[in-house]
Amino acid sequence: MIDYQTMRRDCLRIRNRIVDAIHRARSGHSGGSLSCVEVLWTLYSAVLRHRPREPRWADRDRFILSKGHAAPALYAVLAEKGFFDPAELATLRQAGSRLQGHPDMTKVPGVEMSTGSLGMGISAGVGMALGTRLAGRDSRVYVLVGDGELDEGQNWEALMSAAKFALDNLTVVVDRNGVQLDGTVDEVMPLGDLAGRLARFGLAVHECDGHDCRSIHEALLRAAGERGRPQAVVARTVKGKGVSFMEGQSAWHGKPISDEDYRIAKRELAGAEGGAK
Amino acid sequence: MTPPAGKPQRVVFGEALVELGASDPRVVVLDADVSSSTQTRLFASAFPRRFFNFGIAEANMVSAAAGLATCGFVPVVSTFALFLSLRAGEQVRAQVAYTGLNVKLVGGYAGLSDYADGASHQSVEDLAVLRAIPNLAVVAPSDAVEMRQALRAAVAHDGPVFLRVSREAVGEDYDPATHPFRLGRGIVLREGADVTFVATGTMVRLAREAAEALQREGVSAGVIDLHTVKPLDEDLLVRAANATGAIVTVEEHSVLGGLGSAVCETLCARRPVPVVRCGIPDRFGESGAYGEILARAGLDVGSLCRAARQAVERKGAR
Repeated sequence: MIDYQTMRRDCLRIRNRIVDAIHRARSGHSGGSLSCVEVLWTLYSAVLRHRPREPRWADRDRFILSKGHAAPALYAVLAEKGFFDPAELATLRQAGSRLQGHPDMTKVPGVEMSTGSLGMGISAGVGMALGTRLAGRDSRVYVLVGDGELDEGQNWEALMSAAKFALDNLTVVVDRNGVQLDGTVDEVMPLGDLAGRLARFGLAVHECDGHDCRSIHEALLRAAGERGRPQAVVARTVKGKGVSFMEGQSAWHGKPISDEDYRIAKRELAGAEGGAK
Repeated sequence: MTPPAGKPQRVVFGEALVELGASDPRVVVLDADVSSSTQTRLFASAFPRRFFNFGIAEANMVSAAAGLATCGFVPVVSTFALFLSLRAGEQVRAQVAYTGLNVKLVGGYAGLSDYADGASHQSVEDLAVLRAIPNLAVVAPSDAVEMRQALRAAVAHDGPVFLRVSREAVGEDYDPATHPFRLGRGIVLREGADVTFVATGTMVRLAREAAEALQREGVSAGVIDLHTVKPLDEDLLVRAANATGAIVTVEEHSVLGGLGSAVCETLCARRPVPVVRCGIPDRFGESGAYGEILARAGLDVGSLCRAARQAVERKGAR
């Protein structure tokens, strides 16, 4: 069935691709890309119903990367799954590339919603969940938000509407890495008891270790089993996961990776690969 | 302006929406707790499964409409023009226009038509804001007939469209059998020799009245209904500039950034002639009787006639 050990190795390969692409582009968001690798890979490998050769297949499940700055992670996962050639990852953020700094649904196969301006993804997911339900399809909709992103009030408008419309086909995953651009989430705008807040907004809340594919998978399955209300999965993660000097550092929210830092990062990822085998 | 005898334009919209809903199952309607005002309540009673009230949360509503559009539905998003263009302006830009999704945005209570509520509710910047966003068609129907035709055309068009709707009464000024409404194509209502009024939305009626008044003074004024502010019918404007050598724009909107600005941008580049812009001066609106605050903004027959004479005088001046 599902081989979590292989998934772990896959995630290392994806981390390498992310670091390669951001280093080459000389800009991009390492911290928030590395924190959501396992969540994305678990979704695309074990949860979402999708057809890479037929990205607009009507009965597919939908995924929205609301935290659009993690585009390098999404692109790497889509490429691994065959939505496009991984070689294209080298064009990230270059003029004329389909791989814009933030995801553009009109350009990239598999991208379900253009994002980048924060706080809008859950709302689009509400629309998709209403739409697939109205069309009589059993598709599920998943939205990944950052915890810093939850500062935006529109998220909470969206959660209220998801509960009002009883969208049990909608799961919101929170990348709870605790760090945003200017500092920690607690410093910039504390979320307090996030799980409690989400529950009081009418969601069924599940939690998981956001770097353990088995833990993520089990939480997503529990969420999908809920009836009559939308669900949240709070994934505890580490910003910059896998590269020691990036981990937990707000400075690595969107800093270019220098050649020197790139060498160190690649060495660390290679060492981790040994450990993952 | 002589107040039109017909129904409020919003009622015409609400009734037309029900007709569309009956013939096109793809049409779904979203409103933000103003369906009793915008008249989408009519659709809500007829097709409750296809109506979604998002409460007083316009940003969420617009983004959700984008999501619905990805599922093959044609969402008609309804609230006041002010909130649609400014409160939810970034959602319109990021998830409707940038994506090119098939969402129809209907901005009610446009211009000064929410006269009594005052500046906080009056939408005099929507054309300027929305016209600057790529991919989005911007349309202001003038009467009841054009309202129905524009809504049908917007739903038939594959892509984002903004429709501007008045709170107040409009006439049945056109003959639906012969009115040649097409998105992006202005309509010549009256040929002139001395000057051309280029008007949009509710102000087309005022421009026609001004043209008649001018005729009694011996000034021959043409009138164009430029319902589509974007994409602009540039060739028609150039023809009018060639034919009369002077243009007066008329809109229930700020003189900054709307129809007048669009016309000037085109004519400066392609056929420079004197242009006088009639619209709301660069200041906030106010509460008052509708006709009175329109007149205080310079939107009355006398002001339009003065503007036309001014434009004519400038011809040949250096």
